[in-house]
Amino acid sequence: MSGTSLRGKTAIVGIGGAGWGEAPGRSAMELLGEASLAAIADAGLELKDIDGLCAATSTHAFPTLSVAEYLGIKPSFFEGTNVGGSSFEMHLLQAAMALEAGICNAVLVCYGSNQRTAGGKLVSMSEPQWHESPYKPRHPITAYALAAQRHMHEFGTTREMLADIAVSARQWANMNPAAFERGPLTREDVLNARMVSDPLTTRDCCLVTDGGAACVMVRADRAKSLKQKPAYVLGVGGAHSHRSIAQMADLTRTVAAESGPRAFAMAGLKPSDCDLVMLYDAFTITTLLFLEDLGFCPKGEGGRFVQDGTIAPGGKLAVNTSGGGLSCVHPGMYGLFLIVEAVMQIRGQAGERQLDTCDVAICHGNGGTLSSQVTALLGSGATL
Amino acid sequence: MHPMATPGPGPEAQYRAFLQEGRFMIQRSASSGKHVFYPRVAAPVTGAADLEWVEASGLGTVYSITVNRSRAGNYNIALVELDEGPRLMTRIEGVETAAIGTRVKGRIADIDGELAMVFDVVAGGGAS
Repeated sequence: MSGTSLRGKTAIVGIGGAGWGEAPGRSAMELLGEASLAAIADAGLELKDIDGLCAATSTHAFPTLSVAEYLGIKPSFFEGTNVGGSSFEMHLLQAAMALEAGICNAVLVCYGSNQRTAGGKLVSMSEPQWHESPYKPRHPITAYALAAQRHMHEFGTTREMLADIAVSARQWANMNPAAFERGPLTREDVLNARMVSDPLTTRDCCLVTDGGAACVMVRADRAKSLKQKPAYVLGVGGAHSHRSIAQMADLTRTVAAESGPRAFAMAGLKPSDCDLVMLYDAFTITTLLFLEDLGFCPKGEGGRFVQDGTIAPGGKLAVNTSGGGLSCVHPGMYGLFLIVEAVMQIRGQAGERQLDTCDVAICHGNGGTLSSQVTALLGSGATL
Repeated sequence: MHPMATPGPGPEAQYRAFLQEGRFMIQRSASSGKHVFYPRVAAPVTGAADLEWVEASGLGTVYSITVNRSRAGNYNIALVELDEGPRLMTRIEGVETAAIGTRVKGRIADIDGELAMVFDVVAGGGAS
């Protein structure tokens, strides 16, 4: 029951982005629209070819209705599951099922946000939890800070180890012309930055940027005849654990430990098969937790694993080669931006930061406050 | 099927009413003996609709804690694991922060016009 019949049956054939960083004067829908049209053109398709639509945003109650109207499409399949930043990895699974079932022929997955220029704060439709609100948590950072504190307590993880994650991300970003934050960043810079919520400083936190992203999926047979080298969807798995951080059973163990094995089982792969590891880095602690929970290092060892450039350019494991949410782009819900980078690497279009070999990429989306975990495995034609 | 409203207020409203009476009440499932917080209409996982109100001891341990820092000031936000088992979000009063493992005892406080549980460090209750 691991869904292996979906392995390699669909592929991402188009990717697009718009307004990464700052896009003054542009609305979330405008950025989403520009990214979507770029992805459709990248695939060599036209808007009229799109008959499936997946969308989730931080600002639209009915995202598929808003997007379909804005673009002027009439999808026969539409999917608006909103599990925060992990929505778009789940959309890949929904799109793969709909395509394979013949309900539609070309699915657009899209996102846009102008949260940086619209106010500079994370925009969220997330409702407060009544049993938390008197204490004024500043989610998401409060929840992630609580998880980081617990990880430090249980496993001896240090702030320096967390800082090395931000430093590694910046080193990748310095090779990505699309990254918003570039330039030198040292461990000391991270440690000495303003403390926001113990133990996390501003440099342990993702950026707040604008940006749109989109991708287009079709069945594998059609993918071969399109413009770009296909990135096949090999496996996707999701898991939920809680809504309120107070209800998370163990703050050092996310259900990426469940979504990962589901995705790997569908794909018939294991962590050591991954050439590229794209992990949702809302905060430095999330990279660390997902390295552990997805099986790239033992539980509790994430801090020691990331020391000394293991995940930096030239290190043993290529993690977040775009620069991630920490240094490249993070417009509120970042999950689709993981996918865009993975597809670029699989195609060999990543420029200076291009990996020598990138046949298998893992994209791990995180939503809520470590609440929803969705893992997607993408591969080149060599993996079929 | 008779989907009529169950008479009287639901568990959330009952919990708030107990706080107004000065009582910190949590739920316990009669079949499993497991305590539940926050209050619900049925026990999670089992779905057993046999939740009864019991007075909590008010004693617990700091499971994790952070200090939110801003120009407006600093305040802590903690997760406390009650001796009965469930965890809740709260604040440790009278200290900037406290070590994980610190023993604490709850009391009802008025926070901006709303009654909610806060916790104080128990004398001699440092982290073990």
